[in-house]
Amino acid sequence: MSDRPALEPERYELNEPQPYRFELERRGFLQALAAMGGGLLVVATLPDPLAQESGQGRGGGAVPGDLASWLHIDGTGHVTVYTGKVEIGQNIRTSLTQTVADELRTPLASISLVMADTALTPFDQGTFGSRTTPTMAPQLAKVAAAARQILIDQAAARWQTDRSTLDAKNGRIAARDGRSFSYGEIANGQALTGLIDAGPAQMARDQWVERGKPVHKVDGRAFVTGAHAYTPDIVRPNMLFGRVIRPVAVAATPRTVDDTKAKAIAGVTVVRDGNFIGVVAPHERAAKAAAAAMIVEWDRVAGQPSSDTIYDHLKKTMRTGEGGNGRVTGDVARARAGAAHVVEASYHIPYIAHVPLEPRSAVAEWADGKVTVWCGTQRPFGVRSEVAQAFHLSEDQVRVIVPDMGSAYGGKHTGEHAIEAARLAKAAGRAVKIVYTRAEEFMWGYLRPVGVIDVRASVDAQGRLSSWEFHNYNSGTAGLQTPYVVPNQHVQFYATDSPFRQGSYRGLAATANNYVREMHMDALARAAGVDAVAFRLAHIDDDRLRAVLTKAAEKSGWPKPSAPGRALGIACGVEKGSYIATAAELSKIPDGFRVERLTVVYECGAIVNPDGLRNQTEGAIAQGLGGALFEAIEFADGQLSNGTMAEYRVPRFKDVPPIEIVLLDRRDLPSAGAGETPIICVAPAIGSAARTFGTVAPKLPVTLGS
Amino acid sequence: MARFVLRVNGRTHEVEGEANDSLLSVLRYELNLTGSKFGCGEGHCGACTVLIDDQATRSCVARIGAVAGKAITTIEAIGTADKLHPVQQAFLDAEAFQCGYCTPGMVIATIGLLRTTPNPSEADIARLMDRNVCRCGAYPRIVQAIKSAAAQMSTPGRGSDHE
Repeated sequence: MSDRPALEPERYELNEPQPYRFELERRGFLQALAAMGGGLLVVATLPDPLAQESGQGRGGGAVPGDLASWLHIDGTGHVTVYTGKVEIGQNIRTSLTQTVADELRTPLASISLVMADTALTPFDQGTFGSRTTPTMAPQLAKVAAAARQILIDQAAARWQTDRSTLDAKNGRIAARDGRSFSYGEIANGQALTGLIDAGPAQMARDQWVERGKPVHKVDGRAFVTGAHAYTPDIVRPNMLFGRVIRPVAVAATPRTVDDTKAKAIAGVTVVRDGNFIGVVAPHERAAKAAAAAMIVEWDRVAGQPSSDTIYDHLKKTMRTGEGGNGRVTGDVARARAGAAHVVEASYHIPYIAHVPLEPRSAVAEWADGKVTVWCGTQRPFGVRSEVAQAFHLSEDQVRVIVPDMGSAYGGKHTGEHAIEAARLAKAAGRAVKIVYTRAEEFMWGYLRPVGVIDVRASVDAQGRLSSWEFHNYNSGTAGLQTPYVVPNQHVQFYATDSPFRQGSYRGLAATANNYVREMHMDALARAAGVDAVAFRLAHIDDDRLRAVLTKAAEKSGWPKPSAPGRALGIACGVEKGSYIATAAELSKIPDGFRVERLTVVYECGAIVNPDGLRNQTEGAIAQGLGGALFEAIEFADGQLSNGTMAEYRVPRFKDVPPIEIVLLDRRDLPSAGAGETPIICVAPAIGSAARTFGTVAPKLPVTLGS
Repeated sequence: MARFVLRVNGRTHEVEGEANDSLLSVLRYELNLTGSKFGCGEGHCGACTVLIDDQATRSCVARIGAVAGKAITTIEAIGTADKLHPVQQAFLDAEAFQCGYCTPGMVIATIGLLRTTPNPSEADIARLMDRNVCRCGAYPRIVQAIKSAAAQMSTPGRGSDHE
């Protein structure tokens, strides 16, 4: 896997060019250390290959800063690690703590992480693409290892002994004669700094102590007691509440605005700025009443596609030459002409919504021309740039703080809520909180891209895949390329118009691309009269993919379902350097089918936290069930038709069957990103099983019928 | 505007408002009890679940006019970090959450469920917890936590201080 992953075009929300300035300076560290009361501060510069982590597609702006992370040890031995990454439930606060504990040889309880505060933490592109474990964890490991070396050097100097005779263990540096210093005793009253780049060698993976253990969340109690303050829970002195008046449809603009009734409510301020309309009130209930009292007539844009006409719209508006990521090898037409079987299909992939239970929310507070914004986002530094631009500020006049979030799933990369709260707070002269309603979150967040995927492939008389054509309109390029060996290929992505805002989703387009690819592999195997697992294995040259597929077949009992009348389907794939295979067993019910059990085999390199990984895998499977079975955004005339929790069905307890998860731990391989990939094979495992019961429509959700 | 007397976590609060104002809004924004979460405002996700006269109720669609005078219990009165309720302990032990946003509502809904169904089957749990969403999909763990809490609470002498 490359250290510089291509930025997939379906990250549409990131594609607007935003030249930004990075003003963090190293002298800030010395000030910071002084403010921390001295101790030991170790700073890591970013290794060059990582300096633009996922940074393509940003309009060729400046290279982000070269400072990757830092770590402080105070006079009590407490370790504070600073990282720009965001905790969204994916459990990195815990897994990164395990990493630091291992390398620093200090207990988990002595470590805390400061995350995602642009005033305190190093620049970070954002928490997406499953990049934290493969890129941030090794960096923190290096910083922690460097800190350990500095502590050993300090102890060696105090004892005037050879450093090689000293050992770091359990938060202490010990000499062979039994003397020891705690880390706090060494750091206390000091002003030690270390700046590292390449860094000392990390522990070999087979030496891991804390990593590899099923450590529970370091702050789990704060969640079960409700004590953790998410952004909607933040309270500031004299805080007011805001609401944004939303257009009736996408692209609608206000024609007339009557704010008489809203202004008549005690304490209400109406804020208008261009097309932006908002209200601020002393209480949340008053803000709601004021928003309801605003009378706005809107000019709408006519002739917008609906969820029925969207697929034609995508093809009509395709833009050639955009997106790239195409592959043309061999001669597809010739291979097809000589084929024994040719199978083609055109699949429809709907928009779906992330539906994080914590909706977009922000609290903004201005002081002395600077603004601080608490908000849920996966890109605190990106949001800092957005806010700075919106208010013509320099970036050091904007501070973005992201409390651990009520999740996101790729849906919170942008900063509209931060800008809205800041605009209202600026007008009100006091701190303002906004919390999106669920309908606002559906309509004014962004959606997983809608798409059409046309696929045509052939099998020769020997049962070999001879050609593979795959044309993706708007879904995106993640997982676009087939992992199967096919000599003649034409694979292409096409950008199109999207009537609604669209952007990243867990696994990006890998879910759509794997669904279509694996459904088609199943169809080809059926056409050729070959077992679907054997057919795949005959075209796989990657041992890791072969291993997960073979294991899933074995664990699921392939090809025999566990009970008569049931159907078994299977799919596999590779994404973000991780390998997944999923088998689904279905039963027939009068109006369709029911998923009875799922078997999942997952391999993502060396496992840092097996219980955390299992939790993420279960969650990705559950989320995948939604898109596979019932999630789809419906719309017409620029409005969503099912943009509420009552109308948009998400997976609930009853929807999740027994899931058997087998994790293959590869300590011989580096850890790959883990939280997204398991979602990609749920739908094709179910869809290919459903074919046992009849024709399956070429679309998502999986539907019996043509 | 009228005045309503709310009994929350054993304390009495006088609140000014309209009879159909949302209880969740009052809890979160006026009484500063933010443990009950706003998820959908429609009564369909359960993140705002509280106990009203011991019954799990979605507070976002509960109206202050209708709950005045009743005993309202929020997650803040269920247990503390030092002294967890057995249901909270079971959620912690099973790590039955990821982002944790649904967790207070899930804990309260579980307490409500176990009051009426002390020994629930998995089918009971799926049916009775249908109005609580975990978008992170930690459902198998939550089921495990509920079953383990049920076992724990039905053991004599365990968790009795919370009954």
